[in-house]
Amino acid sequence: MDGSPVLRVEHLTMRFGGLVAINDLSFAVKRGAITAMIGPNGAGKTTVFNCITGFYKPTEGRIALQRGDPAVWNALEALTDAGGRGIVRPDGALYLLERMPDYLVAQKARVARTFQNIRLFPGMTALENLMVAQHNRLMLASGYTLLGVLGFPSYTAAERAGRDKARGWLDRVGLTERADDPAGVLPYGAQRRLEVARAMCTDPVLLCLDEPAAGLNPRESAELNDLLLAIRDECDVSILLIEHDMSVVMGISDHIVVLDYGVKIADGAPEMVRNDAKVIAAYLGVDDEEVAQVEAAVGL
Amino acid sequence: MQSGAQGGRVDIAGALRDAGVAGLIALGVLLPLIGFQTVTNINDQLVLATRWPLLAAFVAITAGGRFIYAAALAPRLAHRAARPATAAPAAWRGYVGRWFVPFAIGLVIAYPAIVMATAGFGGAQKWIDNFGIQILIYVMLGWGLNIVVGLAGLLDLGYVAFYAVGAYSYALLAKTFGLTFWILLPLAGLLSSFWGILLGFPVLRLRGDYLAIVTLAFGEIIRLILINWVALTNGYAGIISIPRPSFFGIPFTADDDGFAARFGLQFSPIYRVIFLYYVILALALLTCFVTVRLRRLPIGRAWEALREDEIACRSLGINTTNTKLTAFAMGAMFAGFAGSFFAAREAFISPESFTFIESATILSIVVLGGMGSQIGVAIAAVAMIGGTEILRELDFLKEIFGPTFDPTQYRMLLFGLAMVLIMIWRPRGLISTREPSIVLRERKSISVDLIKEGHG
Repeated sequence: MDGSPVLRVEHLTMRFGGLVAINDLSFAVKRGAITAMIGPNGAGKTTVFNCITGFYKPTEGRIALQRGDPAVWNALEALTDAGGRGIVRPDGALYLLERMPDYLVAQKARVARTFQNIRLFPGMTALENLMVAQHNRLMLASGYTLLGVLGFPSYTAAERAGRDKARGWLDRVGLTERADDPAGVLPYGAQRRLEVARAMCTDPVLLCLDEPAAGLNPRESAELNDLLLAIRDECDVSILLIEHDMSVVMGISDHIVVLDYGVKIADGAPEMVRNDAKVIAAYLGVDDEEVAQVEAAVGL
Repeated sequence: MQSGAQGGRVDIAGALRDAGVAGLIALGVLLPLIGFQTVTNINDQLVLATRWPLLAAFVAITAGGRFIYAAALAPRLAHRAARPATAAPAAWRGYVGRWFVPFAIGLVIAYPAIVMATAGFGGAQKWIDNFGIQILIYVMLGWGLNIVVGLAGLLDLGYVAFYAVGAYSYALLAKTFGLTFWILLPLAGLLSSFWGILLGFPVLRLRGDYLAIVTLAFGEIIRLILINWVALTNGYAGIISIPRPSFFGIPFTADDDGFAARFGLQFSPIYRVIFLYYVILALALLTCFVTVRLRRLPIGRAWEALREDEIACRSLGINTTNTKLTAFAMGAMFAGFAGSFFAAREAFISPESFTFIESATILSIVVLGGMGSQIGVAIAAVAMIGGTEILRELDFLKEIFGPTFDPTQYRMLLFGLAMVLIMIWRPRGLISTREPSIVLRERKSISVDLIKEGHG
């Protein structure tokens, strides 16, 4: 945790026709930290995610992701003016995500994501789901299929390595026993964990989780907290998550960004955000009774 | 419709009522189809003839069948359904599953010898040519289309266009430049996959129904070009006397340097037929081998993942456009191989051979067989193509229905019947489980209920 950002979102605006979903939003995701994005329903959190991961093209603004040596950040303005998508140096790389199509955001900039409504491949086994996530590396190893069809040993070795990696993640999320079961029959909590494991199999720099604890019971969401903390500490990954479950948000995040009506209303450490009057008013409502109720829930 | 089964007692009155209703429906449906027939009389005029006895026979069969079902079969089925299912069939199923594929491959390899032993030298040609080669062409086309429809989940209604490109590539290049079959076979495949990519670029951004309509249009465009570009394709008249393949340079002719003379055999056209049979068998097995192989490679997994969820694929960094294009190109390539074989076998091709009904037949083979299943597609091709061919052989039906009865005219009726039965019995095809492409501990088949059909 050297404090330099891995992702910078600057003056991001997204309009759908006349509707302004996000208005001039700027924030940063710190390297090796867990950043949570919270806000009432319809605040534009998922839209921010879709802009970061390339599924939406933002109307205005810049989204820059950097990996490796933080000195690469110095090239940001030059890169923006040159109109390029990114620069890759031996010691690091810098990408402008708003200029890249969705699959390249995942492939080159290495931003992985999960979805609010789980999007696994239900007819494929848990193991196959994790193998698909390693597509680009295995594709290269299979010589774009040519060597693979002929059964070259280099591909066989790469596939074995891929399977070991998948196996390692299945162990971590406690799904080794269910490796050969189709993803569609797994219980809801297991599907959530498998989706996180699948995203991790792409070797991400930034992991974006869209409501990872939605629909989980308290025990499962405590397990998820442990998993995310372990990922942060061991895998050299920065995490950005959207969450409604305050036990997750307050329990694990190092930094919180609060959105309301597409505008950032607070940005800081959990204790600061928790006591912010604007957040309490906007996020928790202004009714005294309701405030008291939710204050109790977040432990005030 | 449970009138026949009340407490296991046979309800004759209910069964009769059912039979009556079925008979009336059959009468209504079959009256225009079978009751009337247009024939050309001696003055070359088209007149309407009636076939009341035949109509009566069909209605009687329907009503009788329904009566037997309602009175005898339905109570038994209900009785059996009430009993708990036993686990006994699992053992023989595993046994059949293990030995079916080696047995089937052995059978198709030995098929010409078996036919010659049973039908004799003269009769064997028809069975190898009309049954063996014809079925294998469709097995190969089915396997090729299976990549596009079954694995990648892209509905392609114009598959026959690539078959046509392959056939015309062979015919034109062989006639113009005198190139041989073995050079032109890969070339035709390449040209077809080139057209697959060319079509793919603009249309693969479309999804579902829209993709189906555009591929349908593409199939028709290719056919219309073949009809109207007379200078190149000779239009409706087609291309005749296309060079036939030789046995690695030795032609199948009656000359002194022909195949029979070289090997000291009596000349017979059957050698060429047997040779062609093994060529198409090898091509079909190659298609199957490559497809099975591809399924276990990243590209095959990406195809199946694309069928399951395209957005998730993109979030994992998979270039979905390229992945779809490779599926299209791969499917088109095998159609191109089959097309060039078809042109070489027939020695005559015309646009008539590449109508929409061919695309529909190949697609229904894939759907009936079970999308994504190699064995299912092969069984469906044998049943559909072999079934229609066997109709030509059912001469004994003429003795029942009269000398003017031609069973081949009922091809489409049986086709429809098979479709309806499959829809009721196996809505997702004959073999509708999916085998995982990689296993950690234990191989388990995946139920079809979980598998998505793709949406373009």
